[in-house]
Amino acid sequence: MAATRRLLAAIGLLLAAAAGAGVLPEDRVDAMYHYYDGGGVQIDGPSILARKSLGQHFSVYGNYYVDTVSSASIDVLSTASPYEEERVETSGGVDYLHGDTLMSLALTRSDEDDYQAQTVNLGVAQEVFGGLTTISMGYGYGDDEVRRNGDPGFREEVKRQAYRLGISQILTRSFLASLNYELITDEGYLNNPYRSVRYRDPASGSGYSYQPEVYPRTRTSNAVALRGRYYLPWRAALHAGYRYFTDDWEIDAHTLELGYTQPLGGLEVDLQYRYYTQTAADFYSDLFPYRNAQNFLARDKELSSFQSHTLRLGLSYDFLRNGWTFLERGSINLIYDRIMFDYADFRDLRSSAPVGEEPLYAFDANVIQLFFSLWF
Amino acid sequence: MRCIVLLLLSLALGACSVEPWVKPYERERLADPIMSFDRDPVSSAYTHHVYEAREGARGASGSAGGGCGCN
Repeated sequence: MAATRRLLAAIGLLLAAAAGAGVLPEDRVDAMYHYYDGGGVQIDGPSILARKSLGQHFSVYGNYYVDTVSSASIDVLSTASPYEEERVETSGGVDYLHGDTLMSLALTRSDEDDYQAQTVNLGVAQEVFGGLTTISMGYGYGDDEVRRNGDPGFREEVKRQAYRLGISQILTRSFLASLNYELITDEGYLNNPYRSVRYRDPASGSGYSYQPEVYPRTRTSNAVALRGRYYLPWRAALHAGYRYFTDDWEIDAHTLELGYTQPLGGLEVDLQYRYYTQTAADFYSDLFPYRNAQNFLARDKELSSFQSHTLRLGLSYDFLRNGWTFLERGSINLIYDRIMFDYADFRDLRSSAPVGEEPLYAFDANVIQLFFSLWF
Repeated sequence: MRCIVLLLLSLALGACSVEPWVKPYERERLADPIMSFDRDPVSSAYTHHVYEAREGARGASGSAGGGCGCN
């Protein structure tokens, strides 16, 4: 709470220093269809985002987003049955521009059969040094309710808080950089109520048995990211980014991104490569030596050590370059990502190898985004 | 935290006296949409969600998180 007070005090002082003119986000509508297919999981659905300014000082937005999930993932295949579910996320927010200061408030609600999350985010961004530098701060508070289908008595909570600091900086006529930091704390029921860990069990025919996973009830993470964009003389952009992540579950992660954007008439091509690697949480194991081997137990592949490579091809075409009636312009966009996951200590139990010697798991995912954007 | 706040304050209050070394009329390239860090928010929000649901790491994406509840 002391950190919150200091943050609020700093926001107040920054507001007091405000003067000049910033800009509100553009008025636009985006209609997207998204599709994910990988590791036995298919997720698709729409995302509609609309933003409109009200006068010279306010801009409001709303977003409606759906994930329709059909899952027969490797975790599900080993301990449960394939399932289908839907998650609906609605959010709305308002931005207020006062001189060089942009303040924002956003509310998000996410609903599933067995999970409900509500989040509020506050932010302030201040341009300084004649617009060369923009400093931003944010605070987020989330309140989640976790339930378990088929178990009406089960009800748990999670409280989440996020603190954000950012600086974006004009370095030269062609070079922009940004530095972002985020601290996130979670408190409550952080594991998945359906997931299990496995342990050696000579009494079982397969040589192992399952018990429910148990996570710590708190988690604190820190992430810092440095990004840059460089304008090339023939009208193209190079972009790069690096993020370091660390948390008190002993997960350390590095993310590296490189990209190139090339306009070709009305068409624009974006090529990207992303590399991600993380170490495992200290209570993760693919195979525990016996039942209740330690206080905390996880066999969630997202907490194991793994790496992934992503290749992206993005195409964007401007189809209303000279506007039409009240529309200023429009674009159609297609983005394809291929993500290749390689797990270092999560094994594929579908094979019949000796216990603990099954092949390591790996899978590729195809991710597609198709969206129309209209500016007005 | 205290050091960070002091640093930000000194940056903010010092802004009045600093001469920008890239003048507003020299920012034509930087204003090109291809130089935007978050050009299509509908797409970047989805991309962050895809990674957040499958990785242990989170945060510092440069935008406010959504609270996807994807554990």
